[in-house]
Amino acid sequence: MDERPVKLACRSVWKVFGGGAAGLFAGGGQPDDAALGAGNFIAAVRDVSLEVLQGEIFIIMGLSGSGKSTLVRCMTRLIEPTAGAVLFDGSDLLKASASELTNLRRHKMGMVFQHFALLPHRTVLGNVGFPLEVQGLSKPAREAKALEAIELVGLAGREAYYPAELSGGQQQRVGIARSLVVEPDVWFLDEPFSALDPLIRREMQDEFLRLQAVLHKTIVFITHDFEEAIRLADRIAIMKDGRIVQIGTSEDLVLNPASPYVEEFTRGIPRTKVLTAAAIARPAGKGPFAGTVPAEAKISTLVSEVLSARANAVFEVKDSNGRAVGQLSAKDIVAVLSTEAEAP
Amino acid sequence: MSAAYSMTTQWPAGLSRWALIWGGLALVTVGLFLLKDDVGWAFKYPRALIWPLKFWISDFMKWLINDLNFILFTFKDFTRAVSWVIEQPYWLARNLLATGFVQGFGLEAETVWPRLSWVGLTGLAVLMGVYAQGWRLGLLAGACFTYLAVFGQWDSAMVTLSSIVIAVPFGVAGGLALGVAGYRSRRVKKVLSPVLDLMQTVPVFAYLVPVLLLFGFGPVSAMIATIIYAMPPMVRITMLALSKVPAEVMEYGAMAGCTRRQLLWKVQLPSAMSSLMVGVNQVVMLSLNMVIIASMIGAGGLGFDVLTALKRLKIGEGVEAGLAITLLAIALDRLSQAYARRPPPAHGARAEGFFRRYPYLTAGFGIIAGTWVLGYGFEAIAIYPKDWQVTTGLFWDNIVRWININYFDQLDGFKNALLLNVMIPFKRFLLSLPWVAVVGMAALAGLRLGGWRLGLLTGAMALFPALVGLWPKAMVTVYLMGLSVVIACLIGIPIGIAAARNERLHRIVQVCIDTLQTLPSFVYLMPVVMLFRVGDFAAMVAVVAYSVVPAIRYTDYGIRNVPAHVIEAATQSGCTRRQILWKVQMPLALPEIMLGINQTIMMALSMLVITALVGTRELGQEVYIALTKADTGQGIVAGISVAFIAIIADRLIGAWANKRKKQLGLA
Repeated sequence: MDERPVKLACRSVWKVFGGGAAGLFAGGGQPDDAALGAGNFIAAVRDVSLEVLQGEIFIIMGLSGSGKSTLVRCMTRLIEPTAGAVLFDGSDLLKASASELTNLRRHKMGMVFQHFALLPHRTVLGNVGFPLEVQGLSKPAREAKALEAIELVGLAGREAYYPAELSGGQQQRVGIARSLVVEPDVWFLDEPFSALDPLIRREMQDEFLRLQAVLHKTIVFITHDFEEAIRLADRIAIMKDGRIVQIGTSEDLVLNPASPYVEEFTRGIPRTKVLTAAAIARPAGKGPFAGTVPAEAKISTLVSEVLSARANAVFEVKDSNGRAVGQLSAKDIVAVLSTEAEAP
Repeated sequence: MSAAYSMTTQWPAGLSRWALIWGGLALVTVGLFLLKDDVGWAFKYPRALIWPLKFWISDFMKWLINDLNFILFTFKDFTRAVSWVIEQPYWLARNLLATGFVQGFGLEAETVWPRLSWVGLTGLAVLMGVYAQGWRLGLLAGACFTYLAVFGQWDSAMVTLSSIVIAVPFGVAGGLALGVAGYRSRRVKKVLSPVLDLMQTVPVFAYLVPVLLLFGFGPVSAMIATIIYAMPPMVRITMLALSKVPAEVMEYGAMAGCTRRQLLWKVQLPSAMSSLMVGVNQVVMLSLNMVIIASMIGAGGLGFDVLTALKRLKIGEGVEAGLAITLLAIALDRLSQAYARRPPPAHGARAEGFFRRYPYLTAGFGIIAGTWVLGYGFEAIAIYPKDWQVTTGLFWDNIVRWININYFDQLDGFKNALLLNVMIPFKRFLLSLPWVAVVGMAALAGLRLGGWRLGLLTGAMALFPALVGLWPKAMVTVYLMGLSVVIACLIGIPIGIAAARNERLHRIVQVCIDTLQTLPSFVYLMPVVMLFRVGDFAAMVAVVAYSVVPAIRYTDYGIRNVPAHVIEAATQSGCTRRQILWKVQMPLALPEIMLGINQTIMMALSMLVITALVGTRELGQEVYIALTKADTGQGIVAGISVAFIAIIADRLIGAWANKRKKQLGLA
């Protein structure tokens, strides 16, 4: 369906904690629950395979203890996976030497942390310039770049402040600027907004979408908040007990949950915010059409326009290339709204 | 730990079984007493079986000094090189602060450059206080330094200060290096931990003996002893501080592409800075404590003055020097603490130019240079004039005389009553116990509280003094320590309880115990000798005064830290304040109080050893004798015995407190 190249992929990645865990994979096979239990092993990540496409926002969603943080650290090799392969631009990250890994991290990866992880003894400018400093850039060069990044996240004028003088939201902006200053290919965000107040969280999510609209990074985003996931994601992977339960767009998850566990998550989610016009469109008739709606538009954005038209008006649904994919009417929207009202 | 748990699960009726075992031990002891004539070996460790460890150590030291040869250089060359490295900065500091730069010897000596003026250094102290915290601290530091000048203690104080100024950087750097190594390598940490345990429990005297032998008598070997003594807490704090840097920050450093070295220097150490500064404060205070004691091997300075005064019983002079040490300690402690607690940096426009950007540094240099130049013109600025000096020596002597005339009978009566009714009987009792039974008791207690490994450890450690033929002295140590700790607790715990329940009292008590804790142990000897002269009783009073602080602090802290909701629940169920204290706060605070008692024991032991100077006959005296004879083996064996007593107490109480905390869900 999507022809974009794969930027980052996991192939049967395992992370098993406990002494001698590597022995479990000795014969090339994979351990079962009995083998794990017998050795008092803890498998934080089990047989995870996934592909992150160039330029997409890939969200890994799971409750605490589901292994999502361990998985993202396996993808950056902050934690050494016990078995499997992590392909970065097609080559296995786990086979990279220490210096190759350092180089990849310096130039190709950026990471944002839940608790910001700013260096308390450095100013905003010093923090944002830090990744360039360890690369050995001269002071004027790194300060010029750092100032650009600070400007980008809207903190211009605060360069001389220390982290302790900033609010949580501002601190995370510094974290974002710092991770972007090296212009990474892949951007990892580990629950970046979880430590913030709900209002600020919302604001930062908007900011994140704004940045992505400009930057088009390949993004791996970790969260435990399903609403955040559907708001930001191109695709979502849901994790439970170290395994991936389902990967799909938010629409896929809502319309076709792979298990009761996934369904449980999607239950409280307003359908109108997840479903697109294309998802509820019927085969297009002859017309006449009262108007045109974009295929990728969420229902919630169409409600007022469609319902305020005259009673039997039919709208044509067109994709971004201008091709007609179907039609929808006020009745179809009301149907979505009413299932939502019935939902517990 | 796990062993203890499995034991309790195996034997649900554990209590009765343990009662049986303890009863058995008591029966055996009684049996030994009945058969005393037949089993004399159980009471008096046979001379023939004494382990000649001290001779081995002495021989080993001789071999080190005389024969060890690393092909390219001998061990002696090595020790000389070490002294040389420390000597250079030391003489520089001493010339700068205390003596001035002198050319020639004896009467022909000619001052080339004078030392820093007292006005300048006092000004610098004020400036440092202002920089670190504000004007109040500046005034305090300035007042302390002014006292030194006015009361004629300047010369000695500057000798002491120059030792500290040089010992502290060495101690901090060494501690940092070892701490980083221990943090990075689990194997290094495994080796370091027990060594640090031992170093922190071996009495200070014991360090002096081998250092004296290896480096000779003089200020440099005193400095080396000081550095070795002051380093362990820095090592520990470094390991702890580094491991406490948030995991995310370390991960961030890795993701930014730091090399190992960049990660350490640019991420980890700066992030841990405020904890590390606490370590620096510790090094400063321990250095001061040790420099004073190291006057016995030639450190000179204020410690030497106190020591001489003690030996000649010149109370007045001793008290003056003791007060000078106290004030120097307070100034150094408050300054280094203020640096550690400095608020996080705030943004501000960066001034242009070096002088504006670093106003304090500039002012400091200005004061020093200005007063130095002025010193050439006005003698009084360079050196505080003798005529202006005030001495309180006579005043103190008179006070002592007055106390002795008016209160001699009361003091003496009190002392004798305690000696005759409590101290001597207890001492006799301990000395009469068969060593076999005491060792068995230590082992059983360890087994009960921490499992067989702890039991083995405590048993072996208790056996050590017997093995090396120091059993009676070890028992005297236990007796003096035990009584002192009991008295310190009887005084300290009620004060702690009162302070926990009254905010104003709490603040007053805090100031008092903070000050008591900064005083070097040596200082405590002066007033007790003044009031009670020498002997076990005087020693006990000094030990109690020195070791009461943790009993107060931990009790206060433990009670205050009882969760508020528990107190609320108790209040809601209608408890009176007294009921809350006895039925809720005390039981929950008990593990914390036990840790305080543990600390009290540690401090009591370290002070007890020093009281050898006022004539006690315990292990400290053994070390002291070894020091005067320069007998390394004797000193180290006695030192290790003290350390083992300390470690036994520490492990037993620690194991109990941990167990209890887990039960209470406070861990």
